[in-house]
Amino acid sequence: MIEINLLLIFMIAGALIAVRVKDLLSSVIAVGAVGIALSLGFLILKAPDLAMMQLVVEILSLIILIRATIRKDIPFSMSGGWTFNTSATIVFLALFLAVAFFALKGMPVFGNALMRVSGAYITQSPALGAKNIVAAIMLNFRALDTLGEATVLFTAIVGVLAVARKIGHKKES
Amino acid sequence: MSPIQEKGMSLIVKTVTKLTVGFILLYGVYVALTGHLSPGGGFAGGVIVALAFIHVMLAFGKEVALRRLRSQTLRVSIGVSALIFLYIVMAGFSGRSIFNCEITIPICEMAIVGFGLFAIFTALVLLSKTDKDAE
Amino acid sequence: MSEYLLCLILFSIGLYCVVRKRNLIKIIIGIGIMEYAANLFFVLAGYRKTGRSPIFSADQQVLNMVDPLPQAVVLTAIVIGLALTLLLVAVSIKIYEKYGTFDITKINKLKG
Repeated sequence: MIEINLLLIFMIAGALIAVRVKDLLSSVIAVGAVGIALSLGFLILKAPDLAMMQLVVEILSLIILIRATIRKDIPFSMSGGWTFNTSATIVFLALFLAVAFFALKGMPVFGNALMRVSGAYITQSPALGAKNIVAAIMLNFRALDTLGEATVLFTAIVGVLAVARKIGHKKES
Repeated sequence: MSPIQEKGMSLIVKTVTKLTVGFILLYGVYVALTGHLSPGGGFAGGVIVALAFIHVMLAFGKEVALRRLRSQTLRVSIGVSALIFLYIVMAGFSGRSIFNCEITIPICEMAIVGFGLFAIFTALVLLSKTDKDAE
Repeated sequence: MSEYLLCLILFSIGLYCVVRKRNLIKIIIGIGIMEYAANLFFVLAGYRKTGRSPIFSADQQVLNMVDPLPQAVVLTAIVIGLALTLLLVAVSIKIYEKYGTFDITKINKLKG
């Protein structure tokens, strides 16, 4: 799978640019490039549902982040304890990567998924009238999961509308 | 021209938006309704519907978009579809519901996601508008 | 194996951004990068080399397609990540309105 390796290297480069660059608008656009590359990666990994969802969600979050950061690209200072903070962070990341490398040996080799759970889903879902098995899992076998997802989204909507309302804002000023 | 028409982007963007926004809405509903046969589903369709309204809002300014879809309509449709969704999932315990699940669940998801995300975008735009006035 | 490692490196870049940067928008971007890496890791773990996409057809067997269960889980996770990003952006715009900066150390100092 050379394609997915190339896409991952592109995503790492985009993420490094997004972390390192000073201008906030350039950073947001770089992270948008990472998201579009992730959508292509889902398409290569045979997940068309996820590719469509990631593309659409990436466009929406890019629009909202640009609306949030436009005309606010203030430079920010790095002061106080720079060497200690950076070295501590790098040691932490090295520990994380080492532990994760040993944990990866317990996983199945790439390209040979076990499919112990989803075998039952695949054999039962044609009788339920759904050809797309991901939609069958989301709407039939795991509908309570979808209800929780809708609850989280609904709570986020209520939270944003409560944070951004105008009534309390006018009284302060 | 009235001052409302003056706002927003250039004439080319407005004309293309008038031509395409209906098709974008139709595609969103199509993706939501055929989620069990092809890639897609209620959430992707809902986000596409929200993007269609955001498209209108970015091209024409917020007054035109809010005149087509009032804030009260948004809130009522989000609440009603969330209640129907809750009813369908809870009716699964008793075994039978009065709605057809395969049609109603994607429609409800589409309504929650689409109208909810558009409401969030409207709130954020209004928030940054007051910010700009303060400066 | 190299796919998993590259995915973990992407995750650690996002973690570095969250831990080390002081700008609120940069922290939101770091959370987004970590979310991308986690989603991609799930889908990588469910991939089969000879598999097709999980849409049913006539000559279907169980081991003939990629694992559909991680895809359903990740579909949930993408929507939750979108909701998280929206809520964080709303709160950080409100903080900018109140304090006039995105720098978290200055916000701490102003709070006293």
